[in-house]
Amino acid sequence: MIAETTISTLSKKMIDWESLRADFPILHQKVHGHPLIYFDNAATSQKPRVVIDALRNYYERDNANVHRGIHELSNRATAGYEAARARAAKFINTRSADEIVFTRGTTEGINLVAHAWGGKNLKPGDKILLTEMEHHSNLVPWQLLAERTGAKLVYLPVTGDEGLLDLSKLDSLLTKEVKLFAMVHISNSLGTVNPVAELCERARKLGIVTLVDAAQSAGHCPVDAGQIGCDFLAFSGHKICGPTGIGVLYGRQELLEAMPPWQGGGEMILSVDFFKTTYKHAPHRFEAGTPDISGPIGLHAAMDYLDGIGRDNIFKHDQELAGYAYEQLARLTNIRLFGPKTGRAGVVSFLLKDVHAHDVVTVADQRGVALRGGHHCTQPLMRKLGIESTARASFYFYNTKAEVDRFVEVVREIQKFFAG
Amino acid sequence: MFDDLTDLYQQVILDHSKSPRNFHKLANANRTAQGHNPLCGDHYTIYAVMDGDVIKDIGFQGAGCAISKASASILTDTLKGKTKTEVKALFDKVHDMVTTGKVNDGEIGKLAVFAGVHKFPARVKCAILPWHAVVAAVEGRQEPVTTEMEDT
Ligand SMILES: Cc1ncc(COP(=O)(O)O)c(C=O)c1O
Repeated sequence: MIAETTISTLSKKMIDWESLRADFPILHQKVHGHPLIYFDNAATSQKPRVVIDALRNYYERDNANVHRGIHELSNRATAGYEAARARAAKFINTRSADEIVFTRGTTEGINLVAHAWGGKNLKPGDKILLTEMEHHSNLVPWQLLAERTGAKLVYLPVTGDEGLLDLSKLDSLLTKEVKLFAMVHISNSLGTVNPVAELCERARKLGIVTLVDAAQSAGHCPVDAGQIGCDFLAFSGHKICGPTGIGVLYGRQELLEAMPPWQGGGEMILSVDFFKTTYKHAPHRFEAGTPDISGPIGLHAAMDYLDGIGRDNIFKHDQELAGYAYEQLARLTNIRLFGPKTGRAGVVSFLLKDVHAHDVVTVADQRGVALRGGHHCTQPLMRKLGIESTARASFYFYNTKAEVDRFVEVVREIQKFFAG
Repeated sequence: MFDDLTDLYQQVILDHSKSPRNFHKLANANRTAQGHNPLCGDHYTIYAVMDGDVIKDIGFQGAGCAISKASASILTDTLKGKTKTEVKALFDKVHDMVTTGKVNDGEIGKLAVFAGVHKFPARVKCAILPWHAVVAAVEGRQEPVTTEMEDT
């Protein structure tokens, strides 16, 4: 234990966080006359030069369709596309690259499971267990599935402003009717890190299929599908320094192989007759039509970049900044803070007394500080907490303590402005 | 120091958002309409007592940001005694003003404080939300209106 801590402290010291900022062209600009402070990383991350270059290289040298041509460029494009799949498998430690399906993002990954797995496996009377802190993308697809199949939704409650899952309710909710348990790894509106490995283990013992929404975790902390023990896991490229429009769905091989296709078209077939088609194996069965090719290639560069820094290091940095921001904000009066007091990921949600979140965001923006205000696609959670919205600062490794200081100063200014 | 901001959050706006006028339900309302902004959750209900085409009394309830609340408050102050046609004409003027910044004529009166909103495209919907609701109310429409009907 001691040795481990020493090693990670050492490797952390060797990272020059400030100098990593130079890798991100977009960070070096002024917004409304002030240096940009980008604290909207939970919405999307910025892109390092290596990712932008990978996209440009692909279009300038290798662009062709995949899995079709037998010419040189098509071979290169196919190799790049499949290398990215293998890289994604390594990134989240799956047993095989065949367990990686490329999608448009987390949302599409979850919809794929809801259609292909859910359509086949759910019947009236079955239950889908979710948590109260799910993003709409891990909620609406299940509602739609429930409407199609007659299954019911049940929710694991959240404790209140502290934003923890009420695990004492888990046993009574994990009944034999539950066929699927879908949960968020890191909450985008609270910063809570859920004990997904434990939750999946308890579900697995009862034969319940599990899905982990790793949108906020995949690029921020080590994520190991094998260690978590889930059946499905989804994340988005754009939140982990990669391009928009590309995402990854992990599915346990036995499950993927048993799932019917959810979209039909080219690329996913073995043989097509006028009345009957046979399909490729997973994952290709789930990738109909010409896919996003530059996306995986850009994502590959992003995954290499992140693991070059080390996601364990990134997580410590996120936690340090979020912990510091939380502490500083907690000193202010007339502020309500959301999410766990300790152990939170790089997200701090708050409300100022008598100042609406959108007014906070508008004034902060005039100071060059990019925040998000709103329900963060977690409306049921907001209602449960008795609020409409929060203002949210979310961090990544290129953010600094000095930026947090400046942000807190701006929050003070906002309080004064609206009190005046 | 806060140039564009003081344009947006004029003292009158801050004042109305802190102590909104006509901020109550009207028991004798014969028209009500709800307005909702799905992006931020802001929601207001407008209550109007109409005598034929004329607004005799008007009030509102709901919650939202400083801009939307002040807009609802000032709107209720302005519209008492106005006819349905006048309300719709004012809607167009206010809409034009918050999207272009142009204050056309004297008719707009106190509503001119919202001209600064045009510099904040993301906030146009906030200012206009209560207006959608009031137009729905005077037209006697039942279904709640949302800012997603707005094409800005
Ligand atoms: C926790 C969580 N789940 C799912 C999503 C959806 O991701 P995307 O919009 O990239 O599909 C997001 C991001 O918005 C998120 O924060």
